[in-house]
Amino acid sequence: MKLDISKVVNGCRLGSIRHLGKNADQVLDVPGCILYTRCGAAPHLTQETLETIEKMPAVTQVTLSTLAEHQEVLEDYKAGAASFLGVPNSVLYCSLHDPASPFPTGFMTNKTVSVWGSGGRIEMTPSKFMALQAAVKPDWFQSMADGDTSGQHTSWKRVRKSVDRTLVFLDECLKLQKESPNLKNSQVFGVVEGADVLEERVRSAQETAKRPVAGFVLDGFQNHTMSKELQSKLISAIMAELPDDKPRLIQGIGRPDDVLDCVEAGVDLFESFFPYQVTERGCALSFNYSYQIDPETEVLIKNNIVNDEVAGESCTEVLEGQMTSFEMDLKDKRYCDDFSPLLHDCSCYCCRNHTRAYIHHLLITNELLSGVLLMIHNFHHYFGFFRSLRQALQDGHLDKLKQHLVGQRCLDPQKT
Amino acid sequence: MGSHTERTSALVLRVVAECPVSKARACELSLPHGPVHTPVFMPVGTQGTLKGITVDQLEALGCEICLGNTYHLGMRPGPELIKKANGLHGFMNWKRNLLTDSGGFQMVSLIELSEVTEEGVKFRSPYDGKEILLTPEESINIQNALGSDIMMQLDDVVSSTISGPRVEEAMHRSIRWLDRCIKANKNPERQNLFAIIQGGLNPELRKKCLEEMTKRDVPGFAIGGLSGGEEKDHFWKMVTLSTDDLPRDKPRYLMGVGYATDLVVCVALGCDMFDCVFPTRTARFGTALVPWGSLQLRHKQFAKDFQPIDPNCECATCKRYSRAFIHAIFKTNTAAMHHITIHNIAYQLTLMRLVRQSIVEKRFPDFVRSFMSRMYSGKGGYPEWAVEALASVNIALE
Ligand SMILES: [Zn+2]
Ligand SMILES: [Zn+2]
Repeated sequence: MKLDISKVVNGCRLGSIRHLGKNADQVLDVPGCILYTRCGAAPHLTQETLETIEKMPAVTQVTLSTLAEHQEVLEDYKAGAASFLGVPNSVLYCSLHDPASPFPTGFMTNKTVSVWGSGGRIEMTPSKFMALQAAVKPDWFQSMADGDTSGQHTSWKRVRKSVDRTLVFLDECLKLQKESPNLKNSQVFGVVEGADVLEERVRSAQETAKRPVAGFVLDGFQNHTMSKELQSKLISAIMAELPDDKPRLIQGIGRPDDVLDCVEAGVDLFESFFPYQVTERGCALSFNYSYQIDPETEVLIKNNIVNDEVAGESCTEVLEGQMTSFEMDLKDKRYCDDFSPLLHDCSCYCCRNHTRAYIHHLLITNELLSGVLLMIHNFHHYFGFFRSLRQALQDGHLDKLKQHLVGQRCLDPQKT
Repeated sequence: MGSHTERTSALVLRVVAECPVSKARACELSLPHGPVHTPVFMPVGTQGTLKGITVDQLEALGCEICLGNTYHLGMRPGPELIKKANGLHGFMNWKRNLLTDSGGFQMVSLIELSEVTEEGVKFRSPYDGKEILLTPEESINIQNALGSDIMMQLDDVVSSTISGPRVEEAMHRSIRWLDRCIKANKNPERQNLFAIIQGGLNPELRKKCLEEMTKRDVPGFAIGGLSGGEEKDHFWKMVTLSTDDLPRDKPRYLMGVGYATDLVVCVALGCDMFDCVFPTRTARFGTALVPWGSLQLRHKQFAKDFQPIDPNCECATCKRYSRAFIHAIFKTNTAAMHHITIHNIAYQLTLMRLVRQSIVEKRFPDFVRSFMSRMYSGKGGYPEWAVEALASVNIALE
């Protein structure tokens, strides 16, 4: 794996990762995202429907929380998860937890980390963790980590413990990797913990950077309990300790405005669970990410008219799993006779073939196709956003894109 | 043969081949949205969608006609809206043929508080509690709005397990309602209205119904009131009795039949068209159909079974995924259901394609024998009704 940064603008890193793993031709551009899956397969989608999406991310995320219960199966299968999942050529990144499913706190110990799958909790020691990785055979994997510190009142002592444990786990994983022929070519991502304690974040980053890891995972930002200012401060402090030539992936950040903030702080990679969450609540991403806007549209956006869908939606504070102002609620009655596509300028399979009225009907009648069509659109839109983001960086217009996105946040007085 | 009579209908049937031994036949139906090659299985897309499968996938599977349910679509989103969307074809963006039922069957079977009078079927809406009367005219009115290529008459449905005067009443009423439906059809030049033969399990009543209904110049006939839990023995006798008296130049649609054995036997008895929710419904519960029966993929025995569902199947699921994979993702990803649904539709359509091919190549009886032996090997023999039904059309099983 090799990261080339071609440009850095105000902290934002533009570049690409090559030699991703077994598939030497694939390139993952940064800032970018990886493909979210449920048990290794894109939610709701078969290979045929997934392939309607243009320019898919070159790396697919699988999670131990969904794969751990299939350890024996994967061990018997031998050829690794990518082949088992029917996509032998895809590059896999294996993380611990599913970013769209919160997990209970209080189960991590000095020796073990737990994940929660459909069959309940599975407790892993470093050797069990590495045995699982050897069965999954990912191209990249997140090292075992104790990230159980994102609650609001985690004590300093507990935070310190999580940093220490995570470093010990990393050392054990790296040691065990040397003994595992299956994982010879896998790349380890070290995990930076430290919750909201600046000194611990810095220590975690420094210590992790000393180890032979291929990249870094920023954990503990997924619950949105800290203020934006603190989050940016912590991320910037972490970045200052990390080498420039290794990718940085942040977990649990998905909203486009949050993504932009993290990119400005120097983050390279994101997960794509956000479009899945949007799909699950019957919504379609509708924010405009084109920063080259004609003057007429610009006026409309300034007056918050362009996304009529957005203006009418509830403008309460956005919580995890709740609707954001970047999407439209297709269950809303107003779409029942609206024969336009989800978005007029969207080229996805759903928008080329179906109307809002049809999607509304599918949602109201609980039909499975609603999930399929919304997932296609939402992935397509989200991946398009990242392309636009990179283009904006390339063209030196990131501020335009940012202004434009911020303008599409709802008219919450606290935010404007 | 062919279409020598003057037609106001939008359907032409050409008999391509007839089995010299049994009553099986292969036809080509020309319908407003393209040809349909029979014998044909029609997947059911109840609410204007086929269970998580996109229209492109359905087309790629080779489906030439699928069903929509008038009762469901009439309730939600309603005929006015679908009309505005250029009919059901436009609403769901399906370019090929559609068949809609009359809505009557769903009412009688789904809603306990329905009441049948000469006027129509009266029931209370499960959505808003309002009392609704579905008359033959209203059923056709809705189906005209849906714009289906084949519409079904409203019939008086009685359970196939009851007998007595109610069955006779229902048969006569169905004939009267057929006339009202014919009269109500505003688009005979592009929407074909099929009659439904009733008469329960009573041969005399069936024959009487056939005699009356075949006097009307409808473009096709359905055999109704069966596959409702009656004895298989009665079932096949009613089917074969119906096909004996149905005109050769019009399609015969056996409603609600979709199990593989039933399909093969009823093709031998002379039926052309079939529909059933079973293959798609069972897929959502994890059952995949195979030439030797079915696989319950949620069962633990498939956790480490790394073969495709059917190694000889050409569908998108079998080409890429294993039984173990589908088993593994079933609980966490709806894609598992879609994989099985695709396979099951492919299974049904492929079966019918093979049946058709064998009829065209004049080796249908051999096909039936090998199909039956594969399906029932190691299961303690063939079902007796199937043996008898096939024997009645000169196909002997070893
Ligand atoms: Zn779209
Ligand atoms: Zn298959």
